[in-house]
Amino acid sequence: MRKHTIVALVQDQPGVLTRVAGLIRRRGYNIESLAVGHSEQPEISRLTIVVESEDVEQVTKQLYRLIEVIKVSDVTFDPTVEREMVVIKLHAPSATRHEIVSMCGVFEAKIVDVGTTTMIIEMTGTPSKVENFIEVVRPYGVKEMMRTGRIAMVRGVRGHNAGEYVEQANGNGVASSVN
Amino acid sequence: MPENRTGAQIMCEALIREGVDVMFGVPGGAIMPFYFAMWEYREQLRHVLCRHEQGAGHAAEGYARSTGRIGVCIGTSGPGVTNLVTPIADAMMDSTPLLAICGQVSSTVLGRDAFQETDITGITMPITKHNYLVKRAEDLPYVFKEAIHIATTGRPGPVLIDITKDAMQKSVVPNWDFKLNLPGYKPNYHGNRKQIREALRLLAHAKKPLIIAGNGVVMSGASDELRIFAEKLRVPVITTLHGIGSIPESHPLNLGMPGMHGWVHSNKAIQECDVLFNIGGRFDDRVTGKASTFAPHAKVIHVDIDPSEIGKNVKVTVPIVGDARNVLLALLEDMPSQDELSQLHGHASDWMEHIRDLQDKHQGKQQYKNRSATENMTLPPHDVYDALNATMAKNGNYVLVTDVGQHQMWAAQLLDFNAGPRTHITSGGAATMGFSVPAALGVAVAHPEKTVWVVCGDGGFQMTNQEMATIIQEGIKNVKVMVINNGYLGMVRQWQELFENKRYSGTPLSGPNFAKLAEAYYWKGITVERTADVQTAIDEALATDGPVLIDFQVEREVNVFPMVPQNKSIGEMIESEA
Repeated sequence: MRKHTIVALVQDQPGVLTRVAGLIRRRGYNIESLAVGHSEQPEISRLTIVVESEDVEQVTKQLYRLIEVIKVSDVTFDPTVEREMVVIKLHAPSATRHEIVSMCGVFEAKIVDVGTTTMIIEMTGTPSKVENFIEVVRPYGVKEMMRTGRIAMVRGVRGHNAGEYVEQANGNGVASSVN
Repeated sequence: MPENRTGAQIMCEALIREGVDVMFGVPGGAIMPFYFAMWEYREQLRHVLCRHEQGAGHAAEGYARSTGRIGVCIGTSGPGVTNLVTPIADAMMDSTPLLAICGQVSSTVLGRDAFQETDITGITMPITKHNYLVKRAEDLPYVFKEAIHIATTGRPGPVLIDITKDAMQKSVVPNWDFKLNLPGYKPNYHGNRKQIREALRLLAHAKKPLIIAGNGVVMSGASDELRIFAEKLRVPVITTLHGIGSIPESHPLNLGMPGMHGWVHSNKAIQECDVLFNIGGRFDDRVTGKASTFAPHAKVIHVDIDPSEIGKNVKVTVPIVGDARNVLLALLEDMPSQDELSQLHGHASDWMEHIRDLQDKHQGKQQYKNRSATENMTLPPHDVYDALNATMAKNGNYVLVTDVGQHQMWAAQLLDFNAGPRTHITSGGAATMGFSVPAALGVAVAHPEKTVWVVCGDGGFQMTNQEMATIIQEGIKNVKVMVINNGYLGMVRQWQELFENKRYSGTPLSGPNFAKLAEAYYWKGITVERTADVQTAIDEALATDGPVLIDFQVEREVNVFPMVPQNKSIGEMIESEA
């Protein structure tokens, strides 16, 4: 099954993430990753969902049925900037520390914490570059790892400007306290 | 000076502002403040006390489906609202505008497994069009307005509002001055004009065109437009289970029902047609059979107000997202040229003749009524339908409600619905046994002037028959229940007979003496065991000034034919007993 990257703008209300995740589950699609956070507008959140589906059009149409979902697009074939971040705690005794540091230099990864036998490394890049980096450092001994999941943005003028939907969103003062 | 109102008073006023005048419910701890307030508004807001929340939910559905207005049901927290889950799911499947109002424990104890606490917004997320948890009285005017707007617009559906007890009790100055904030909810009512013209172009050049009319035609009030459109083009019309009534059964272009228990000629017409125009139907699997084999020669035009229905089950050539009535009006405006029409009409008569030939050859409706296989039976179920048909033909002021199972399919097949849309009320998508008696209560509340016929099985009847008490308490007289009593969960038994070597596992079913049970509820009860007594009993039910139950003790093992076995092509029908 093909992986699709979907970008969605949703009203920032409690429960909206549950609705999106629940819908994708019950319609039988697999979520590979789901990243959610604020957009440029406070009332509107932005999601990047990576799903596996034969019929991604149904996924987007079903998402549109959710009242709080404002805009959904499959950006898989669009020119996009895609990024993911990983934070890794590596086993790093003094013997391998030097090697790790130089590897980080190659991948433009940042060392954000150094302990007596561990290091925490932060690395951001395209999902494939992140994947690559993880494979390279794995032999040193990964003690902990957390990936954020993919976020995506379409290049150029086209895209997902949350501001377009905001004027209407200012209509009342209670929305944010409503489930 | 703006006046203070409790949250519960605001709820009542919000409902009255939206034109609600009746609600079906059962009180309990968490919803008590609403019942306390309701008393003050009882002149404008009638409350019908049901015996079970499931009954309240189905009653609200019956009210909604027979009127097109929103149906309102009420339950308290915990088991009260979980009992509403079935009618909510039913309303979701059949696109019924339903508002479920639920009491919730106080916000101070919410999330702590308090007495009768249930996460009903979590439970109903997949089976509502939208739902809300309200913890502040200030939010109630907005939420009620938005909820009813969402439930009744676009593709209608159930909306649930869960309100904490303290929000109902708190006194605030309500703000009724706001704009709805729904940037992600903009139903498209007007179909794309280019697609509408393309649909007409396809139809005009078709040799074997066919219309499928579904629930959308009924809900948008497009019956007249559909009939005129079909007549102008001379295209035959198939009505789905929920499309029944959208065009009169007696209309020469009406072919009846398609699908699993549809007519052979209807299904064959679908399999042969070259242009299939589906308006307001969702290509349910009970209609399509094995979807990959459905209408193999057809270019499909699909009109639906819900874009997600288009292309979901069947590949579509011309998608039209819009309200059925608006789209039909646009189609009528852009009618093909006389030249094109006369070409179409030329093909149409051959095509229609061919379909009617098929109908004569196969187990068509008339032939089905003149069955020979039932000659030795004391009371074949078909005789009940024959008699009811005769009565319905004489007294057109009725709504007929069915339950779920064999009797439901017989009703859809054998009864002639000529009394317009919203006169055939049934549970289709969810197929909820126990739907009919409470739904009839809701229909009767909405239509005290009409006869509300209920056809149900002995299985479904026993699931919700407690609402007979509600019907009496409300002084309702126009409900006439006909139990097609065969002592089985008949449809399951039929499948066991046909596909499981007659292993009647869990299907033989005993019941009480239904006539006596009816009398215990202060209804009139009649038992009928022979064909000769059927018409008399129905006449008596109609003449009685009060609710009546007739227990038709029919032949036990009669099957519904024709039938498409599950996941088979609708071209492969079992037409009669082997």
